[in-house]
Amino acid sequence: MSLNSHMNVLDFTLLSLLRRKFKNLGIVLVFTFIVFITGSILFLSYSFKREALLILKGSPELIVQRMSAGRQELIPVGRAKEISAIPGVSGVEPRYWGYYYDPLVKANYTILASSGSLSAGNRLLQGRLPGPEEKGVAAVGRGVAKARFIDMGSTISLVSSAGAAMDFDVVGIFESGSELLTADLIVLGRPDVIRLFRMPPDMATDLAVTVRNETEAPVIAGKIRSRFPDTRPILRKEIIRTYDAVFGWRSGLILTLFAGALVAFIILAWDKATGLSAEEKKEIGILKAIGWETSDIIEMKFWEGLVISLSSFLLGIILAYVHVYFFGASVFAPALKGWSVIYPDFRLAPFIDPYQIAMLMAFTVIPYIASTIIPSWKAAITDPDEVVRG
Amino acid sequence: MRKSLVFGLFVLGCVLFLAALGATSEVRVSHFLAVSRDLSDITATLKLTDISFSDDARYTRNPSQADIFSAFQDYPGSIEHFPSGSVTPPPDFSSLGAPMKVKKR
Repeated sequence: MSLNSHMNVLDFTLLSLLRRKFKNLGIVLVFTFIVFITGSILFLSYSFKREALLILKGSPELIVQRMSAGRQELIPVGRAKEISAIPGVSGVEPRYWGYYYDPLVKANYTILASSGSLSAGNRLLQGRLPGPEEKGVAAVGRGVAKARFIDMGSTISLVSSAGAAMDFDVVGIFESGSELLTADLIVLGRPDVIRLFRMPPDMATDLAVTVRNETEAPVIAGKIRSRFPDTRPILRKEIIRTYDAVFGWRSGLILTLFAGALVAFIILAWDKATGLSAEEKKEIGILKAIGWETSDIIEMKFWEGLVISLSSFLLGIILAYVHVYFFGASVFAPALKGWSVIYPDFRLAPFIDPYQIAMLMAFTVIPYIASTIIPSWKAAITDPDEVVRG
Repeated sequence: MRKSLVFGLFVLGCVLFLAALGATSEVRVSHFLAVSRDLSDITATLKLTDISFSDDARYTRNPSQADIFSAFQDYPGSIEHFPSGSVTPPPDFSSLGAPMKVKKR
């Protein structure tokens, strides 16, 4: 069969589809919507996971928390010395951090003690970080700066656990490019964090452990647990896995919200594709009677399935891309953002997994074509006279 | 114009548009990778463990660091922070293994 004859069959198929344009347009719209939703979820969760993985690869290899009565408690700084004596541990640093609820803007901040300065040339901080032992200065996240109308050189006032107001000169503001990490952060010097939270001087929130070889981290975690049974070591691998799970759950939630639409589409497509209408059966009978071969009928139905499913797939995937990467997934935003006051304003990097797109295509286009061809083949192998008479 | 040609042009147009989106993706991803070095520097310097994605409540801010995910934690009568509080699974500590051994006296 020449290319021209294939094009003739395609021409005939398109004219046939146009004869029932409202019905077919309806299917294309619903099909596109389903691909759009599924594609958006896939793009969104994959990009989030990849970004989280890249951002968190610098986080500590091991965090050691102290537990008391099932809750996290402050950990004695003295334990750092004993942990650093474990073979394979290259350093232990106490972390001083906590949460601060600001009733003024009804937002939660994360207060963190500075433990050094950023690399020279880091473009994500305007100004500088407070020194570890510096007092009275702060670096704030863009979200905090927006919520409190703060600029460089302004003062931010916080109320300590003792009820005293503490003022900090803002010496640094994180750039908007880092909002996913720093939106709600306030970085202070260690003495200020201790005073703000009234932490006992020999206690820290937790300990950050650096190991020489990351593959040894689980063994070191085990040793820390057996040496200090009231501790809970958290590996970096687990931190990253947590984000995998978080975005997996969130994607699942959105998918569940649209599950009704998905099921409705499957029923619609199944009904449309498998049950040939009397008119379609008659059409097949007439085509057979005027000399069309069974293979021509199957080819026509193949084209019919391909035109509908491929058009819907392409439109759906383009719309999903534009929705997620140009409009920040605005349809799903309420389900993703939650109620937080300081929500990071970020634009996702378009990490695309070709495997996921191929899978989406395989699960939408191929079944639709198959469910269109099979009943037509059944009708096409029947005697034309019988088909036309019904 | 033949209908088949119109359809072919439509498919070609979509594929070309997707290819253009793919090319812009490459540019945007390479830009992000450059920025991610700075982000990773912030993470390493400040020893951060979590991204600021759900700062609705203190128990949703650092999901990798907390294990109690229940409503009303902030104060009695505090409403649940849906969806952050309810769709965040507790971290998986199973890899640590370390079954507790009871020593005989």
